[in-house]
Amino acid sequence: MYVYDAFDRTLVAERVAEFRDQVARRLSGELTEEEFKPLRLMNGVYLQLHAYMLRIAIPYGTLSSQQLRMLAHVARRYDRGYGHFTTRTNIQFHWIKLEELPAAMTELASVGMHGMQTSGNNVRNITTDQWAGVAPDEIEDPRLWAEVIRQHVTLHPEFSFMPRKFKICVGTSVHDRAALRIHDLALRMHRNEAGELGFEVMVGGGLGRTPYLAKTIKPFLHKRDLLSYVEAVLRTYNQFGRRDNIWKARIKILVHDLGPEAFAEEVDAEWQVIKDGPLALDPAVVDEIATRFIYPDYAPFGDNPPELAETRRSDRRFAAWLDNSVANHKASGYAIVTLSLKPEGGTPGDCTAEQMDAIADVADRYSFGEIRVGHEQNLVLPHVAQRDLPAVWRALDKIGVAGANIGLVSDIISCPGLDYCNLANARSIPIAQELTRRFRNIDLQRDLGRLHINISGCINACGHHHVGHIGILGVEKNGEEFYQITLGGKADEDAKLGTLIGPAVPYGQVADVVEDIAAAYLELRARPEELFIDTVNRLGVEPFKERVYATR
Amino acid sequence: MTSPLDQKIRISGPVVVTANRVGDGAVVYRSADARWTTDLADAAVTSDATVARELLKDAVDDDLNAIGSYIAPVKRTEGDRLQPGNLRELIRWRGPSVELPAAPAERSLALQS
Amino acid sequence: MRLVENGRIAEDRYVRVDDDAPIPDRVPVIVSAKRFQANAAALTRRDGSVGVLWPNDKRVAELEPWLGHLALIALVFPKFKDGRAYSQARLLRETYGYRGMLRATGDVLRDQFHFLVRAGFDSFEVKKDADARAFTDVLARYSVYYQNGADGRAPALRRRLQGGNPVPTTGETV
Repeated sequence: MYVYDAFDRTLVAERVAEFRDQVARRLSGELTEEEFKPLRLMNGVYLQLHAYMLRIAIPYGTLSSQQLRMLAHVARRYDRGYGHFTTRTNIQFHWIKLEELPAAMTELASVGMHGMQTSGNNVRNITTDQWAGVAPDEIEDPRLWAEVIRQHVTLHPEFSFMPRKFKICVGTSVHDRAALRIHDLALRMHRNEAGELGFEVMVGGGLGRTPYLAKTIKPFLHKRDLLSYVEAVLRTYNQFGRRDNIWKARIKILVHDLGPEAFAEEVDAEWQVIKDGPLALDPAVVDEIATRFIYPDYAPFGDNPPELAETRRSDRRFAAWLDNSVANHKASGYAIVTLSLKPEGGTPGDCTAEQMDAIADVADRYSFGEIRVGHEQNLVLPHVAQRDLPAVWRALDKIGVAGANIGLVSDIISCPGLDYCNLANARSIPIAQELTRRFRNIDLQRDLGRLHINISGCINACGHHHVGHIGILGVEKNGEEFYQITLGGKADEDAKLGTLIGPAVPYGQVADVVEDIAAAYLELRARPEELFIDTVNRLGVEPFKERVYATR
Repeated sequence: MTSPLDQKIRISGPVVVTANRVGDGAVVYRSADARWTTDLADAAVTSDATVARELLKDAVDDDLNAIGSYIAPVKRTEGDRLQPGNLRELIRWRGPSVELPAAPAERSLALQS
Repeated sequence: MRLVENGRIAEDRYVRVDDDAPIPDRVPVIVSAKRFQANAAALTRRDGSVGVLWPNDKRVAELEPWLGHLALIALVFPKFKDGRAYSQARLLRETYGYRGMLRATGDVLRDQFHFLVRAGFDSFEVKKDADARAFTDVLARYSVYYQNGADGRAPALRRRLQGGNPVPTTGETV
């Protein structure tokens, strides 16, 4: 858990004061909307269908209980009692008034939270995976490197007006839980032959109108060179990224147009000049940042305490939750607990103020006051003692976040869609809700196994539909909502883009189509253990396509 | 529901000019007396492209009070009441088509010791 | 438009000369990139300072041979959202060690002042008079940055190690 120091707090306080002044100048008319819009965007303030939307950064998805309580307070005081966790591990409030923004932001700043660079053509929230620091398969905590980069790119004088937004992801584990390859810049930690730790650098990933997976431009970068290399990438992008067409302005287009090798050469030419300058990372500087990451004082518990086995035996629902929502922890006697924000009939990723407060209480009592946000729009308690799992389950069950559907078909990832978003062509939330109803039977869900559905309400792909096992993209045809279905996408270390299975289907048929696809999988799988995604990869989309379009 | 940000002005029926109020982002409609109203019934309606263009121009110039002005279709019901003319406008007018998450004040979720 | 230098509104000593106009004697001039590149040797030998207006889609590396002779380089922000000139400025200052005057022209608004200064600009054609008058006040609002700036200020990363503490400028408790 990173603790802000006086520098961090001062920077945020000064920016809040600046924004308060900008809002005042907007309301008085001294600033036109054209002048104000990029300024509000740099602070995460969008205009949506019904109201302003405030997006607050949750750096690398890590929250303290104090921060979560402040989010609850903001939801209550300035919004309509809830917030929405996004696929970039930020939180959005959908009903904020511009006039009240300065007050809300001052309150958020008091706990080190802000909306800086959650919008605009700058470097956005740097993401890692929600198990960072506690996952057994990670080399070291990726959040340290995310923080080093975060500080460097915050209000960077050169990279605040780039051709378009820029998304960075850091991964240090064997299994990619952070969807590295759909990012503009991804850094994957690994060891070279000499046993040194460094990063594979990948650039040019991104979804949207022209989806690409990131390409490796540097197989091994020493830790020391991290900032200078990132700077070289950003400088190359800032100078040569397209600015004539918003749909061609991301770095993925530049990488594609130049070719990865030529792009890498351009970056390298710049990097050679700066790599030994002030951006060479001084280990003392990194260590200083590392000291402000506070880790729990884990008690020396053993694995599988008797209370756990006992409750597991006596309570089927607890057992189901244990099997589904609880993962192994690197510290003996501890566990990683995922909280499902995907209840039946609910909006994926939404969380009420009451729930936030209650989760903060559970975190204080059982997780050293720390909560994580994942890009799948669920929350995590990262430091739960195994012997506390029964009590934690009971508490989470009461709060309504113990759904035991993590990774299953009803654990849907969805953007807000046309119900909220100015960019949308179709609704996504009611589709998600209907799907959770169709698949409400938990035994059916377990039988289907791991199955990721991703829904986007427009081609901007905030729901990451391209990398869903089942991807659903809302489009508009003659004033009606239609949905394109893709199959076979993957967001992990074997990242793949999904394949379109056929013509778009109307709103009323989407849930039927997904049921048909699920039924087809049950028939076609080689054995019950073969995952949906593996069946699709083995057979291709044809058999599913036939099934879906036979009568449509 | 194509985003009005890429809209061409093509009037094929009654339209209004709509935007979002600067102070709170609320959905508003341009009235005949050059104000902004949250009540669709008070909106200036026209089926004439020239009139619509004028209305839009005035609205855009008034960005002190409302922003993101554009032309939106409406339709008249049998009772001659105005209603939004497509799904996007219906959602702007009535709010999200889904229930907002409940925030029950009376139900306590506090951790019991 | 008002020129701001040294923290206040200033008279522009430089004359912008069109490509087809004769260059006045002994007066500091700014010429286009095209004209400069066609006549660099002669221009840099003239009696009087020479400056060049350099477009934001042309590599500043092309100016390297002349940097010691250019008193001013004017870079361009066609719209303030087009941030290419920030990279050009930093390259000129930090990679090529340019020490002359670096002028920001085009769509230059107060909300970019602190980015511009930290990228290495020291001369500003500010679009709005009110913004020009507020230049020093606007810069005084910020005491902390994370990065090395071309303005020589130590970044937070280094200041922490030196035990420095920021003095908040907003009057709020930190």
